[in-house]
Amino acid sequence: MKRVGVLALQGDVREHASALAGCGTEVVYVRTPSDLAGLDGIVIPGGESTTIAYLLGTSGLRSSLTGALTDGLPVLGTCAGLIMLSSTMVGGREDQWSFGLLDITVQRNGYGRQIASFETPIEVEGVGVVPGVFIRAPRITQWGDVQVLATYDRGDGVHPVLVRHGSAWGCSFHPELTTNLGVHELFTSSF
Amino acid sequence: MTSHSTTGSSLVKRGLADMLRGGVIMDVVNPEQARIAEDAGAVAVMALERVPSDIRRDGGVARMSDPQMIQEIQAAVTIPVMAKARIGHFAEAQILQALDVDYIDESEVLTPADEENHIDKRSFTVPFVCGATNLGEALRRIGEGACLIRSKGEAGTGNVVEAVRHLRTIHAQMRRLASADSAELFALAKDLQAPLPLVQEVAETGQLPVPLFCAGGISTPADAALVMQLGAQAVFVGSGIFKSDDPILMAKAIVEATTHYLDPSVVARVSTGLGAAMKGFETSTLEVRLAERGW
Repeated sequence: MKRVGVLALQGDVREHASALAGCGTEVVYVRTPSDLAGLDGIVIPGGESTTIAYLLGTSGLRSSLTGALTDGLPVLGTCAGLIMLSSTMVGGREDQWSFGLLDITVQRNGYGRQIASFETPIEVEGVGVVPGVFIRAPRITQWGDVQVLATYDRGDGVHPVLVRHGSAWGCSFHPELTTNLGVHELFTSSF
Repeated sequence: MTSHSTTGSSLVKRGLADMLRGGVIMDVVNPEQARIAEDAGAVAVMALERVPSDIRRDGGVARMSDPQMIQEIQAAVTIPVMAKARIGHFAEAQILQALDVDYIDESEVLTPADEENHIDKRSFTVPFVCGATNLGEALRRIGEGACLIRSKGEAGTGNVVEAVRHLRTIHAQMRRLASADSAELFALAKDLQAPLPLVQEVAETGQLPVPLFCAGGISTPADAALVMQLGAQAVFVGSGIFKSDDPILMAKAIVEATTHYLDPSVVARVSTGLGAAMKGFETSTLEVRLAERGW
């Protein structure tokens, strides 16, 4: 059975854990560097990226997780997790850092504040239509060497909402908030 | 192609509360405090003119904050900004929605505007959080459209005893529902003064239909670890941070304790050398019990 971690410092950890369990994987809550041992993949959940970044630092996970991801540990980041995987962030704090595994620029809250948060169907390559839940979602405004698996047009141009580069996957929306397992199955079947 | 989209759905409104789980929401009264909160890892800030302990000290009518102050705080941080409206004061809530706040707290900390009715929260696009002292109160608020419940505790006291009472009460009442047979739920709904469909839902799932956070009297990392172990999914800290000796250190310590609440060695480490927590009150000496507001 595949062992998949969920970074459990803050955010909607429980929803990712149940989606991963629904895909038939063993789920590990990752709060300290020792929790990374023996993982086949890891998910960085939705939450607040500034909080998750802060807690990665205080828990000692920043350097150990950087090492594991650089060595190719498969990773899926949703919303805040997408921000953590991006190479460039705009509209955030000047001192915010990220793992930089995806060659994309993300605009934090790029679809607006909470009042603009929305649901819409999203067509995902290789999966079909899944429900997309966007909550204060980051917008991918520029992208380079990444595979675009889904896009959305909010009425102001087409932007990627699910991208992949090698073992790193990033998603603007929250597949974990719905019962549709499509995105999680796509991720967990890639390793 | 632009496909059909929906804003303000219950999934989207509740979803932001899901994103705040495991985090700390801090009361702030100006942009400087908001930045300190964000630096310390807060998941959101509550913008208000006076923290509850000052409201308690000053007396008088406590109202929604000045919109300018809320906007200055929105401009200062990237995390969600919440603000408080008086119980039943839907016009204040309309203003807060127009200001684009991320969550409205229909709060007993402010002076109630309506002694019978709460706001009909279903008609708003912005989500609401409400306080509760027991399961019936929580389910009445959810029936009105609240997407997040917090235990009320006794705000501004620095005393966690009421928050513990409310959390334990809510969980005990949920366990009672979960063990009831279907015929008993009608009478239990009557006793709880709660909508029957929500009572039946709790009986089936064993949990609230929305996240349950804790507020009211949390003032140390140990308090945060306590209420998280009692089933809170995140904590609101009001006066406890900026009325302590060293707010920056206290804010960081409560954030770490909330994440690592299952690891006493972390809570011990972050509790070390914090200076004095807020002085606080013994709740039996209080003249005004804020938790009694709300119906």
